[in-house]
Amino acid sequence: MSAGSAAEAGPLPAASVRRVPRLRLGGGWAGFAVRRAGGLLMSMLLLVLVTFLIVPLLPGDPARAIAGTSSSPATLAAIRRRLGLDEPITTRFVHYLGDIVSGRLGTSFRFGTPVADIVATRLPYTVQLVIPAVLLSLVIAVPLGMAVGVLTRDGRRRRLGVGFGTVAGLLASAPVYVVATLLIVLFSISLGLLPAGGATTPSALVLPIAALCIGPAFAIARVVRQETASVLAQDYMRTARGHRLGSVRLHLRHALPNLVTSVLTLSGLVLTSLLGGTIILENVFTCPGLGTEVVQAIIYKDYPVIQGIILVVGMLALLVNLLVDVVLGIVDPRTLEGGRRGH
Amino acid sequence: MATDAAVRRWRRNPSLLSGAVILGLLLAVALVAPPLLRGAAETLTDGARLGPGAGHLLGTDAFGRDVLARALVATRLTLLMAAAATAASFVVGVAIGALVHLAPGWLRETCLRLVDSAVAFPSLVLALVIAAVLGPGTVSAIVAIAVAGAPGFARLTANLAATVADKDYVLTARLLGVPGLRILGRHVLPNISGPLLVLLSSSFTLSLLDISSLSFVGLGVQNPQYDWGRLLNEALPSIFAQPSVVLAPSIMLIVTGVGAMLLGDGVASLVDPRTRGTAPAPSGTADATGPADPARAPVALQAPGGAGAAADTEPDGLLTVAGLTVRAGARTLVDDVSFTIGAGRIVGLVGESGSGKSTIAMAVAGLLPEGLRVNASRLALGDLDLLGTPPPRRLATEIGIVYQDPIGTFNPALRLGTQLTEVARVHLRTPRRRAAQDMVRALADIHVTEPQRRLRQHPHELSGGMLQRASIASAMTTNPRLLIADEPTTALDVTVQAEVLRQFRRINREHGTAMLFISHDIGVVGELCDTVLVLHGGRVVDRTTGGDLRRGTVTHPYTRALLAATPAAVEAGGTLSAVRWTADAPSAQPSGAPSDDLSDKAADRPPAAEGSR
Repeated sequence: MSAGSAAEAGPLPAASVRRVPRLRLGGGWAGFAVRRAGGLLMSMLLLVLVTFLIVPLLPGDPARAIAGTSSSPATLAAIRRRLGLDEPITTRFVHYLGDIVSGRLGTSFRFGTPVADIVATRLPYTVQLVIPAVLLSLVIAVPLGMAVGVLTRDGRRRRLGVGFGTVAGLLASAPVYVVATLLIVLFSISLGLLPAGGATTPSALVLPIAALCIGPAFAIARVVRQETASVLAQDYMRTARGHRLGSVRLHLRHALPNLVTSVLTLSGLVLTSLLGGTIILENVFTCPGLGTEVVQAIIYKDYPVIQGIILVVGMLALLVNLLVDVVLGIVDPRTLEGGRRGH
Repeated sequence: MATDAAVRRWRRNPSLLSGAVILGLLLAVALVAPPLLRGAAETLTDGARLGPGAGHLLGTDAFGRDVLARALVATRLTLLMAAAATAASFVVGVAIGALVHLAPGWLRETCLRLVDSAVAFPSLVLALVIAAVLGPGTVSAIVAIAVAGAPGFARLTANLAATVADKDYVLTARLLGVPGLRILGRHVLPNISGPLLVLLSSSFTLSLLDISSLSFVGLGVQNPQYDWGRLLNEALPSIFAQPSVVLAPSIMLIVTGVGAMLLGDGVASLVDPRTRGTAPAPSGTADATGPADPARAPVALQAPGGAGAAADTEPDGLLTVAGLTVRAGARTLVDDVSFTIGAGRIVGLVGESGSGKSTIAMAVAGLLPEGLRVNASRLALGDLDLLGTPPPRRLATEIGIVYQDPIGTFNPALRLGTQLTEVARVHLRTPRRRAAQDMVRALADIHVTEPQRRLRQHPHELSGGMLQRASIASAMTTNPRLLIADEPTTALDVTVQAEVLRQFRRINREHGTAMLFISHDIGVVGELCDTVLVLHGGRVVDRTTGGDLRRGTVTHPYTRALLAATPAAVEAGGTLSAVRWTADAPSAQPSGAPSDDLSDKAADRPPAAEGSR
């Protein structure tokens, strides 16, 4: 389902993304919209269900888990009433769903303020890290991976190939929080160039964004390189060489369009995981975004805040997926077919 | 022998080797470090916050404990947690993914959709939900990461099982009444273990890094226990005072990540049929049947009886090929081949797969793959020296090329119009609209229906025969002096073949274009070509004419063998025979039956073994 969502290709590099006969364009977009809306609705429902289940799943008596073991029966009763724990679970779910649809996310146990307000003040800090990091990783990954792929084609420049493979592999597999920590040691402490925290000045964003995009950028660059190599070996690239084109036209006009699908498909996966990385990363830089807040909320058992933030982060992930699919549909109309790609 | 093969496989797979070594070392550290270093790691001493030095390689923390020792001791807990989480994800995920195929249709669809939806979220989101339910702690972190990882396994298993479930052997088992669970265990799971193994190794790293990240933000391992994430968490507040404290856990995390990535890459290339068993580039290894010896006078073996000398000398040579030799490493793919093509003439190259005919064609076109070395005393198209670096514009417009596989020849991502008119637009600066109009006319000439619409279509919307005619029309747009056709009819079915051949004849008649026509089909070559060179093992073994081939009046034993091996000759009453002949010893040595693989990428394939020397 989900019209060949970004995650369709599975964890294996999407080298096997191949074409199915295309329908007419108009039908393609309409069908795409229908299928995609269905998938989106399903994912959103799952998200709502999962966040709802946090409270009923709490081990033992949820009210006691929330209030603490040494709380009076009156407090427990009050909490039960507030959470509607006396009602049957289906009724509670319907209420929960209705609240979310009408934009009510509940009230924070700790602050007594609406969760929606907390999310609204925290969200911009997260978004101002995520969006530049997403764009930057693509802007770095595609040209870099392609350049290395072209330069090392057919086993040329073996040393560059091995060097890139090692460095990119290292950077792609280093976890965000380690990269962030080391960047702080290097640029804030040793060199004293950039601030290591806060989110007030633009310079404070440099290190978090860098830490956030280094891993995804090199993970994607590795795949771009690999795909470039396989595209360059295709017969149609020989045909293009037979047209005696300049290097720029040969690679940008003939090779690039064949890379886009698999690269974007993978990017969807990498970029959603980047969203998870942000949550952790904010804690390194004490950035007052959703990530620091959700961790505090979990430690202090502020369940409405946890639910609200997970809902919002989940929605962001769905949005990234949708965006990738739409871009894919534009650059490669064959993907509008939907259905499973890859397998 | 078997161990040799194993050793070679490991050596050929450096990432598998180095990944296994790194993870092996980590495993050793996890076993050895806790008993040996627990004292240094956990005893509180007065030497708090010491810098890196002799007693403490990376210094001590706020309680005077050795930082390096703590990082090493933490290896055990970190690896154990990751292993537990991965194992749980694997078992649960594979079970869901496999069992879902036994469920009734509606349940299966629902489950698959749920799994698909779950995979769309970052795994950390699900992990946070579990952490919220269970509260911060070691077990909670393991469960959280296990649950977060399970959908990935479930989906991969479900997808792979779905492809395997359609295979004949599964259907057979089902028809025989084998119970579903048994089919899963005996037939389905073993056949999808490769990709699962790859996911398992990458999932282990992800689990490790994710659990560490939970510990790092304070949701995982709690004091006094410590894993790498917890150590980083404790180091962070004092990072300005003592930056060296973060080094040890950071390095351990990075090393583990790299190790697991290398292992994953290695396993992937091990199970990937595309890379499995590929030999490294030939470099003087045993598989080269001795170095090609240029001194072994090819003249004596070539064109026996001088039959060729007369046949191939076209007086007004347009294309001149003299002494063409192509080598790949130590192998000689084309050995001292000479011929000329006169204006308006059609010369055919015929031979089995691997005889070097396509290599010759691509050498003339200047389109050989990288790494092949071309030598010739002369390689020229009229006044255009093909050995130097001829101007791209002249190459593109004076040599037209038609390739073997019309479907692979076209770029799947570009519209036909873009590709067919590219040479005219780029090299002749023909305006887009006029180039398109010219192309429409050319397509109509060659009997492509609805030419206007074709230009807007993508290659996969056309049939192979249609594409091949389009590619001929495209090659002719610049009115080239030479048309190279490399097995242009091989991928087409018989009726389409005839039509395409008719088009070549028409072009030759109407435009007087010289052609170099390559085919393994001696019948086709005989019908079309004026002069025919018969190739074997990269050498010209016979030169004859199309007329002689048609009449069957050829004298050379290899050419006769080729003729006898064509079905047409069999239909005429002979017996179909396999070709057994070598250039060196025509009497005895078999060179193997002709391969039925027609792709003929000479670079991939050694020339036929050259028999005893």
